[in-house]
Amino acid sequence: MPAPKSERLLNLLIMLLVQRRPIPKERIRELLYPDSRPDAFEKMFERDKDELRSLGVPVDVATVDPLFEDEVGYRIPPEAFALPDIELTPEEAAVVGLASRVWQHATMAQATSDAVRKLTASGIAVDLDALDIAQPLLTAEEPAFETCWLAVCERQEVRFDYQRPGADAPSTRRVQPWGVVRSSGRWYVVGFDRDRGAERVFRLSRVQGDVRTVGQPGAYDVPPDTDVRDIARRLAPPPMPQHAVVLLVRQGAGQTFRRSAERVDVGVAGPDERTGWDRVELVRPEMGLADDVLAHGADVVLIEPVTVRQRVIDRLGLVTR
Amino acid sequence: MIRTPPASAGARDQVARLLTLVPFLHHRDGVRLDEAARLLGTSSEQVLRDLKVLFMCGLPGGLPGDLIDVDLDAIQSEAGSPLTEGVIRVENADYLARPLRLSATEASAIIVALRMLRDTSTGDTGALVARVLDKLEAAAATGGAAHVEVTPSPRDAQQVASVDLTHRINEAVEQGRQVRITYFVPSRDEEAERVVDPRGVVSHGVFTYLDAWCHRAGAERLFRLDRITKYAVLDSAVATDPQPPRDLSSGLFSDVEGPDQVVVTLRLGPEARWATEYYPVRDVRDHEDGSAEVDLVVVDQRWLVRLLLRLAPHAEVVRPHEFTQAFTDAAQETLSLYQ
Repeated sequence: MPAPKSERLLNLLIMLLVQRRPIPKERIRELLYPDSRPDAFEKMFERDKDELRSLGVPVDVATVDPLFEDEVGYRIPPEAFALPDIELTPEEAAVVGLASRVWQHATMAQATSDAVRKLTASGIAVDLDALDIAQPLLTAEEPAFETCWLAVCERQEVRFDYQRPGADAPSTRRVQPWGVVRSSGRWYVVGFDRDRGAERVFRLSRVQGDVRTVGQPGAYDVPPDTDVRDIARRLAPPPMPQHAVVLLVRQGAGQTFRRSAERVDVGVAGPDERTGWDRVELVRPEMGLADDVLAHGADVVLIEPVTVRQRVIDRLGLVTR
Repeated sequence: MIRTPPASAGARDQVARLLTLVPFLHHRDGVRLDEAARLLGTSSEQVLRDLKVLFMCGLPGGLPGDLIDVDLDAIQSEAGSPLTEGVIRVENADYLARPLRLSATEASAIIVALRMLRDTSTGDTGALVARVLDKLEAAAATGGAAHVEVTPSPRDAQQVASVDLTHRINEAVEQGRQVRITYFVPSRDEEAERVVDPRGVVSHGVFTYLDAWCHRAGAERLFRLDRITKYAVLDSAVATDPQPPRDLSSGLFSDVEGPDQVVVTLRLGPEARWATEYYPVRDVRDHEDGSAEVDLVVVDQRWLVRLLLRLAPHAEVVRPHEFTQAFTDAAQETLSLYQ
């Protein structure tokens, strides 16, 4: 009865791992595939090697004898196979536990717990709940995210339909992804656009339908000077210009403005005598300021910036006309 | 994170589990079958099956000393079923003492999670996370993680605060303690302190709420977490009978159906059309010119007037008529303050 496949895989792994020199294919056949015909052996051995590689096991091919270059052998270098030693204090190990709660995306959460499991197996005691602090939650709702991420890790070309803003219809793009970037809560893929022959950035929420991987993993190299961090910075919307804002706020009202105030002068002269008034100064972007002031009705009067003040007056005028 | 047990004992998965299990046993004494199952996220039966495969493996040659030794008698009954409390003993497997390195996906997933953690934490915690990150980045020198970048947005910081608040509330619920919150009510432009008996944290749509008995209102209330500006868990015990938080799946406004509420129809110009995405509307009827007629449930007239002022002059009341008057009066009064 032939040995079960998992047994064969593990024996192959052990054999290639413990040998210091590459083992010729013929010897592998004798030891592990003794009853197979040559062509069946070739097929089985190829598949088994691929299975091991898909687990992340580095199976190297090397020349067995420097004088006879056509005879190749196989080997798993222990230093590339094993997780390097990592020393973590209990406190640091608790951080790893916390990190395993960050991903809210099923595949990424799974990959993180697989990583934590390996760290645990290397002797680190990871207590998943030791650190009682809040952690951010990382989400990826874009359906295109997963395939793009895996393609980046595997260096595999992708194809997808992309809807550019303003374009009538989506167009198919062929991209060698270099990295994925999250900026302002959105995910992007950065890579080499095969058709345009240049670096491009795609917002994943604009990808229509499925992302297909094309060709083999490891099909290209990411240019060594690629700085995904820099691309992330370039993508980030420029910070909105901040403006000094001066308001008169009725006492007991205007909580949102008061909360972000840099300075409050209590009991200043106001536009009416019904209540007391405070002068509130703050710094914020101009966007939405007129809306926020208007929503407060007769409780807030905008003094500066004068341009926005005029806009408030004009909008009220259109209502009362 | 609990992994769902794999449905089939695929050869690849089995090898992956064994490559994790052997080093785990190597670093610890007296690991029981059920403990190993928990680590691997699978069943004791599966771990026993895995170990039976391991028992058949070893150095090429097949001599007795070359094979991995597993004390199967300690972990299975005579009938072959797993003894969950049996201690696993494996010998002759030192060459598998170290786990497999992290794959590119595993490395990048955990490193990105740690970077996110580092960038959203402050002070000592931030420094602690940075140290862990240095160690893991050095150990996981695979290409993947270098090409994944996260830049936290202000929303993330808000979300951390909300996760933190949720932790504290849940603790208070478990311990049966009261919570004092400062709560901001935009419709009344009012910030007030109240003491509540917390029941739990519930989500509906994009918002998360504290469900509680409010002693100030003398009634059950929902408080949006992002509007709780301050909070403290008190030493005092809750004064009402504990009960689970409400189920909001049938909708948020089921508890405010009452005589106070009025359905108001507004006409929104294209510039104000966005409001339908932000406010609870009952119905939207789009017109060809880009404007829309919407029906809103209004409980508090002050809230409606504030909304109309915010959207001015792109929103008007279609019916009932008395709201038009309230709105133009408010606009008139506001305008007079500028003159």
